[in-house]
This record gives sequence, structure tokens and C-alpha cells, in this order.
Amino acid sequence: MNAADKKRLLREMLFARRFEERCYEAYVERKIGGFLHLYPGQEACAIGVMEAARPGHDYVITGYRDHIHAIKCGSDPKEVMAELYGKETGSSKGRGGSMHIFDAKHHFMGGYALVGGPFPLAAGMAKAIQMKGGDEIAICFLGDAANNQGTFHETMNMASVWKLPVLFVCENNLYGIGTAIERSTAELDQYKRVCGYNMAADHCDGQDIEVVMEHAKKAVDYVRSGKGPYFLELKTYRYRGHSMSDSGAYRTKEEIETWAKRDPINILRDRLIEAGEFAMDDFVSMDKEILDEIENVIIKFAEESPEPKVEELEKYVLTEHCPYAKGEMR
Amino acid sequence: MAEMMFWEAVRRAHDEEMARDPLVIAMGEDIGVAGGTYKATRGLFDKYGPERVIDTPISENSFTGLAVGASFLGVRPIVEIMSVNFAWLAMDQIFNSAAKVHYMSGGQLKAPVVIRSPGGTAHQLGAQHSARMEKVFMGIAGLRVVTPSNPRQAYGLLKSAVRCDDPVFINEHELMYNMKGEVPDGEYFHPLEGSECARQGKDVTLFGYNISVHWCLQAAEILSKQYGIEADVIDLYSLSPLDRVGIQASVSKTHHAVIVEEAEAPVGVGAEVMAIINEECFFELDAAPVRVSARNVPIPYNHTLEKAALPNAKSVVEAVRKMFGK
Repeated sequence: MNAADKKRLLREMLFARRFEERCYEAYVERKIGGFLHLYPGQEACAIGVMEAARPGHDYVITGYRDHIHAIKCGSDPKEVMAELYGKETGSSKGRGGSMHIFDAKHHFMGGYALVGGPFPLAAGMAKAIQMKGGDEIAICFLGDAANNQGTFHETMNMASVWKLPVLFVCENNLYGIGTAIERSTAELDQYKRVCGYNMAADHCDGQDIEVVMEHAKKAVDYVRSGKGPYFLELKTYRYRGHSMSDSGAYRTKEEIETWAKRDPINILRDRLIEAGEFAMDDFVSMDKEILDEIENVIIKFAEESPEPKVEELEKYVLTEHCPYAKGEMR
Repeated sequence: MAEMMFWEAVRRAHDEEMARDPLVIAMGEDIGVAGGTYKATRGLFDKYGPERVIDTPISENSFTGLAVGASFLGVRPIVEIMSVNFAWLAMDQIFNSAAKVHYMSGGQLKAPVVIRSPGGTAHQLGAQHSARMEKVFMGIAGLRVVTPSNPRQAYGLLKSAVRCDDPVFINEHELMYNMKGEVPDGEYFHPLEGSECARQGKDVTLFGYNISVHWCLQAAEILSKQYGIEADVIDLYSLSPLDRVGIQASVSKTHHAVIVEEAEAPVGVGAEVMAIINEECFFELDAAPVRVSARNVPIPYNHTLEKAALPNAKSVVEAVRKMFGK
């Protein structure tokens, strides 16, 4: 990877961090409602994996911590923020909210709020790709705790039996809501759990984006070449609680400090500085530029966008016109 | 018009739709090599191959979810859930994914998946194989629910369901697969919405759906011959949405309503139809509407107890006699 690409990725991760922090503020100001699950600490996962895949081409699906996955697939951050504000200009026209960002145009097939729910949906998209003979792959990002759902086991089995082109990325952030992994899960290494399904699997550090990309590239190539599904575990950490209603008090200060030393943004920044390709001043101005964009472009767009019309409350429950419903096709 | 059995009608709809569109697939337990527990997919495995006629593992929630995910990308899956009792396990994917994705994506994604499943009580199958779940499905916004009462509807509703862009649940019945009936020789698309008048009458409306339509028709003959009461029998083949206009029209004609359901009364089809009658045509009523429903028990194994738990044509006749004081 050349220096320009590294700087671009650094900017993307910093943007993701600042975007999420601004969401936090908007939530506190009550501009954003519902549940809000933030991504700080895990930036290298979504951005690193998708950098190794083909954003906008491959079909991506994830859980409710979904803003950054959508943006990396090509979603306009203005539309993501507008969705959080519940506006008609939002990714899902204000009908989805934070947990349900969708952008079909960029093949971001959604954020889902049932833990483990996207596993079979991802396998289904892979089945469709397989039938149509395209060169896309399906990529499913979920957390470690999703692996304790039945859908994990059922889907790993089917994906493997039918050799579906799907990459499962497990962002192991060590907690299922507020319960530590060692208190809920018999096998701590998540990649080992797919052995029983005869599936290719790998694991790596999820904080160093270059490491993530290296492993993700291998995984993506494997799946795209038609060899079948693949499971990649990334060891990572979320700085905030599970959602805004969770203070994260179940974690020790020492643990948080240890992980803060392995911050994905700092790792890449310091590496660039060490290599003489970047200076702290560049970082400061990059940050300023990002904050400026978030405030003056993204937040402004969300604030100024119109609300959905109440008259359109029932739009999208069913498709607008179905000729097979009312006997037009007899 | 050729006469064929219910299962043959379902099979024919599968076959025609799969021959037309290579993205139509069938999935379910034992539907491929074995041809389906009720023969609804017999011979299709040999004709269309294992990629399109898929024997799934016994993982109802995830194979249903897999079908939903495939439908996002234009595949048209017809999922068979072997018994509606097992559909409870797939409720997460039906309720949370299939029915909601179009709405929560602001109209971007569609889930044109068809889920067929036989419900109802059969012959002493016991509490866990005798569920009648239509009441559960019809309460889900974003999901169409239809329930055929004869081979013509079974064929035409499946044809329409495959072509429809919404998720459709088709509630079939374990006892009805060998029922014979006429099916149009040419292609026929039964509307997914509305209701059908199965018998014309002026005195009382008997609302039925799926198997209870047949109890209503038997009861109507008895009522006509023995009591001089002429029943209008309305077949509610669409349970979601229910045909408000059709319900209102018949009750406005007969001024009497009896709703017949194989399921238990609480929170059921009868309750919903009564609510619609109240909302649409309360002042047309000459008597309080009545439900004829199953007793509110898990279905017992014992033959006598099982029969006692369920309504039949006789209980419909009794309800109408009571209503008319005869």
C-alpha cells in the first residue's frame, strides 16, 4: 500500500471516529432518538475489510452498529446522519433509524437489530449471487455475541454445505452488550467455532488496519474464487458502552487504558509519522477539516432536511402497486 | 377445466413458475429427492436440479432467512415449512426480516419470498403438530397471508404469490392435499386480496376460510333443507388484508354473521372479522355476531377429546339455529 492510500485510510478512520462522536453529542441533545450503537475503537475492522473487498460491488450486511459499514460501502454520510435525525432525506427515508441504515444502490443491504439475524440473510444473498453467476461476494459483519445464536450455527452449516460465496467477519469486541465473553461463551476464540462446519477460518488483530487488510484480502480472494464461505475473526474493542443507554461500567479502567494504547487511528498515524510520510501538524489539520465538514455540511444537511410526511406513514408497508393483489392478472 | 388434487395444483404452480423464471427456487425439508411430505414438489428435483429444488437441513429459522436474503437480490424462493408448528421457529426471520425490510429500508429492499406451510389439525397428531397459526401471521404488517380452500385457489394463489413483490405466507391444511377440484387448464392468477362467495344466501352470512369453508358449505345445506335458512358463505381466502368491502357487503345483505374458524377464539380471525363488522356495518346487524371456534386447549391426542376440541358443520348449524331461535 502506498503512502497516499495509507493517508486516505487514516482519514477514513478519523472521519468515522469524529462522525460517531458527533452522533453522541446529537443524541445527548436529543436530536437523535431510539438506540444508538457507536463504533469508536473498531474502525479498522469495517474499513480494513472493505478496503480489501470491493465496496459498492460486494453485498454487505451487518447488525445495528452499522453507520460506518454503510459509509465505507459508499453511502453519503449526510444521508446517514439525516437518517439518524429521522429525516425524509435519510438513507431509509427516516423509517429505519440508526439500527436500520440501508443503501441498496451501494449494495449496503442493511443494519438489522436482532442479534444474529443477518447470518442467514447474508447466506441467502450469496445463494442469489451463486445462482446469477456474478463475481460479487456477500460479506456479513457481526459481533462475537451473535455467535451464540442459533442462526450462527444453522447458517454456518448451510453456507458450508452449499459452498456459498459469503465472508463472515466476526468483530470480536469481547462483550455481548454488558456481558464479558468469558462469562457467556465456552470457546473464546471465535474462529475455532466454525471448525465443526468444515469452513475455512482465520483470525487476526483488528486494531491494525494493515493486518486486517492482509487477512481480509486472503479471505475475500478465497470466497471470490468460488471455494466457499470463510470466517474471519478480528480481535477488537469498543470504547463506549453497547449503546447510549449503557455506561460500560462493567469494564475496568485498566482494560480500557490497555486497549486505548492500541487505538487503530493512532497505530496507523504513528506508523506514517515514523516513516516520515506524515506529520502531527498534518493530522491536526486533517482532524480540523473533518470536524468542519461534519459540522458545516453533514449536520447542517440533517438539521435542514424535511421530516417525512405523516400522510406517507403507510407507504412501504407493502409494495405500492401489485397487479396480482386485486385480480388485474386473472 | 381439469379436475386435480390439491397437491397436484400446488405442484403445477411450482412447475410452471420454475419453468418460466430460472430465479424461482423451491426450498424446504425433504422437498427435493423425497418430493415433499405432501407431494407438492414431486418430480421437480429431477427436472430442475439440486440448485433450484433444495433439500434443507432442519433449520427452519435460518433456511427461511436464507430465502429472504436471496429474495433481496431478485431470487423468488418458495419455501415449504413442513408443518406450521415449525414455523414458530422461523418467526424471527418472517416477522423481523421478511415483513419489515421493505418498510425499514424506506422502500429500497423487497422480500418477494413465498412461505407455504400446512397447518390445522389432522388425525391425532397431538399438541405440537396441530397448530393453527393464521392468527399469528395475519397480525404482521408487511406480510400478506392467504389460505386456499380448494385446488383452484391453491394453484392460482401460489402463482400470484410468486409474482408478487411482497412476502406472502400461504396457509395450507394437512387434511386437504388429496381434496379434488377443478382448476383452469390455462394459466390462472388468483387475486391475493378479496374474498369469494362460495354459496349465495339471503338470511345469514357464514364466514369461513381454508377447511372451515367446507364446514360452512355443509352447514348451509343442512340449514336450507331442514330449517329453511339460506346462508351466504364467504370464503376469506385472504386473511391479510381481510376484505372489508366483501364482509360489509354480505352482512348488509343478510344482517346476520357467523364466523367459523378451526383455531381457538382468542385474538383470532373471528375476533378480527367481528371488529370489521362493528366498524363497517354495525347498524345492519339484526343479531349479535357469533364465533364458532376451537376450544382453547392444546390439541389432545385422544380421538374423542380431539374431536370435542374442534368445530365442525354441526356446530355451525347449532350456532345459526340459536341465532334464529330455531
